[in-house]
Amino acid sequence: MSMLETLVAGERGLFKPATLTPMQKMTLRFVVVGLVYYGFAVIEGMLMRAFQVTPLPFVSHEQYFAILTAHPLVGIFGSTYSIVFGAFLFLVPYLMKKPLWSVRLGNWTCALIGGGTFVFWAAGFLTHYAPLYTLYWPLPADFTQFSVVGGTVFILGIALVMIGTAFFVVNVYMTIGYTPAGWDRQPTGALIASALGLSGLRNLLTGRKTEHLVSLPVAAIARGTVDTALNAGVILFTGVLILVYMVAALFGVSLKQTAVDALLYKNWFWWGLDLVADGLVLIFVAGTWYLLATLITGKKLYMENVARAALFVELVVSWTVWSHHLLSDQAQPGILKVASGEMVTAFELITQGLAFFITLVTLWSARPLKMTFPLRFLLGGLLGFALAVPAGIMQADIGLNRILHNTQWVVGPHVHVAVLVGLTMTLYSAIYLLFPILTNGVQLYSEKLARFHFWAQLLGGIGMGAFMGMAGLQGMLRRTIYSSGEFMPYMVLAGLSGLLLLLGFLAFFYNIVMSLGLKGVVGIFVPAASDTKELVPAAN
Amino acid sequence: MKIDSSMVLWGQTLAYTAYALAIIAVVGWFAHRITRDGEGRGVTSAIFYSFAGFLVVCGVSLHIITYNTIPWAPLDLKRATITPDRTFAITVAQHRFTLPAPKLHAACGEKVLFNVTSEDLTYGFGLFRQDNSMLFQMQVVPGHVNDILWVFDRPGTYTIRSTEYSGPAGIGMIERNAVEITCADGAAN
Repeated sequence: MSMLETLVAGERGLFKPATLTPMQKMTLRFVVVGLVYYGFAVIEGMLMRAFQVTPLPFVSHEQYFAILTAHPLVGIFGSTYSIVFGAFLFLVPYLMKKPLWSVRLGNWTCALIGGGTFVFWAAGFLTHYAPLYTLYWPLPADFTQFSVVGGTVFILGIALVMIGTAFFVVNVYMTIGYTPAGWDRQPTGALIASALGLSGLRNLLTGRKTEHLVSLPVAAIARGTVDTALNAGVILFTGVLILVYMVAALFGVSLKQTAVDALLYKNWFWWGLDLVADGLVLIFVAGTWYLLATLITGKKLYMENVARAALFVELVVSWTVWSHHLLSDQAQPGILKVASGEMVTAFELITQGLAFFITLVTLWSARPLKMTFPLRFLLGGLLGFALAVPAGIMQADIGLNRILHNTQWVVGPHVHVAVLVGLTMTLYSAIYLLFPILTNGVQLYSEKLARFHFWAQLLGGIGMGAFMGMAGLQGMLRRTIYSSGEFMPYMVLAGLSGLLLLLGFLAFFYNIVMSLGLKGVVGIFVPAASDTKELVPAAN
Repeated sequence: MKIDSSMVLWGQTLAYTAYALAIIAVVGWFAHRITRDGEGRGVTSAIFYSFAGFLVVCGVSLHIITYNTIPWAPLDLKRATITPDRTFAITVAQHRFTLPAPKLHAACGEKVLFNVTSEDLTYGFGLFRQDNSMLFQMQVVPGHVNDILWVFDRPGTYTIRSTEYSGPAGIGMIERNAVEITCADGAAN
């Protein structure tokens, strides 16, 4: 086939979207939406990297901060939520050997997250609404700097994403507990209790050995989903609060901003945000590592019961860890700084360290293994968190935070290495693993491109984090603009690393499009020919 | 030996770089070995629990070590019980710092309290050396007391800068060379 024919019809014309089940189509839609928004986030990131090297004539300061506001939200909600939710809506029924509770609700989740992300991104792009994701009160309601209309549309976009998130939560728990038509009645309460870890806790306290009704990866998904739900509630509540001020401003009424306590607001907001950053991400990632390790090796997970317990501990930790974001807030009580900010946060080193160890030992037990792309990216993801979590533990220290808070150290070696290397490479591992299952056996167009994707993502992610971190240790702040070339060598090197990330993503995207073909990508969004509840066609 | 933030940051740079290189080497070695023939022997639970104990020791000891070696850590937690030798009351409003004097002077060894009040948004307050490296920072939250107690151990001239994003208008919140510290045995550098 010529390159043009492959671009249209996919690698050897193997991809036949008409043969896909509704479940496969739904999952692939999530993946496509997630990858498109990952592309958005990478391009936004590159624009900011370039701006830190030299001001871009087409990017004003207001536009720069609008990009800075949208960038993490597009990355987390538009990309990561889409890919993770799509994968889990496929994997929960796959692992539980029962149909998804509602494919229609799953498709609505995809549409709301994809649509909501576009709405808040467009609001930021057009109106430069830029209070950043941290939204420190009363900045989001500072209408001397930001457009009220732009802010209102921005918040509505976030609300759409949160409604989609709520649909995902409902679908996951209903799938775990419901009884499909024609099946014997399922023990709903016991299944949910097992998924949440309550039955395991009861075993621990009573010495009984009741069998776990759901597998470990499903338990991880269910527990991470608790944090997802709580976080959606916090963000929705916060959005409504901001909307009250915006609607009042639209009617010409200026509400008193001091009615909301800025420190209380900050505690509330970080409590909610850490349910994602320190709960959901770590729990979902650990669960995904365990699933990938068992699927790659075909072996039972090493120390499975401890792994379950660690997931439960991580859930509790995620509810009590938020104060490490307020170590530089002098009005924050010292006991919260020490207990929540330092000590509870240290548990993340333990839970994530154990997940790292358990995954490696499980892989080791099956050696020799072929270095497949799922294994390669899984090891990259493990390395990413092994680098990023200790970096986070260091800044969650009262003494060190005094000289690290809001520097590039926080956002480089910790945030970007965790997200770009740890989280994203874990997700890529899952995508490479699920790709043939979701496409009924389509082969990758090019293994060379996939190998380049791996090295570009790994070296670009670690490199960018490292150079940002070096600048941070020299005093470079995040969330500001330096116009006198103060940290130029680091910013040039970080920019080159970012370019590598961009090239890696383009190679991956091109590889996937050439594998499926443009007709195939369009076909994913056409309604499925059959209404089967099976995950994959019966012939597979 | 006087420990200041640049020394702490160098220590951190060395420690984290050594750790990063070691963990990259371990994962690289693992990736190489896992594809080679060999018996996939199990790991005993003793090794597993030893590793868990090692993580606990690492997580807790970091804070114990820093509390006992970084001078500003205990000073910060106990500042409510310490009487400062000098206090500077600073206000912030509409993206501008208002200082009690054009230049704030203090002497080495003095306990200096910076008390910063915001009248509108959340800001940051940080002191930076001439080479742009940070001496310290804190958040400045409206409606609350934002104070930091600091003992300067060497002469220097420092720039005040907001360390928290407060909208695009906040990037110019810089008061150059606003703090000058002199020591009895040396002039400000």
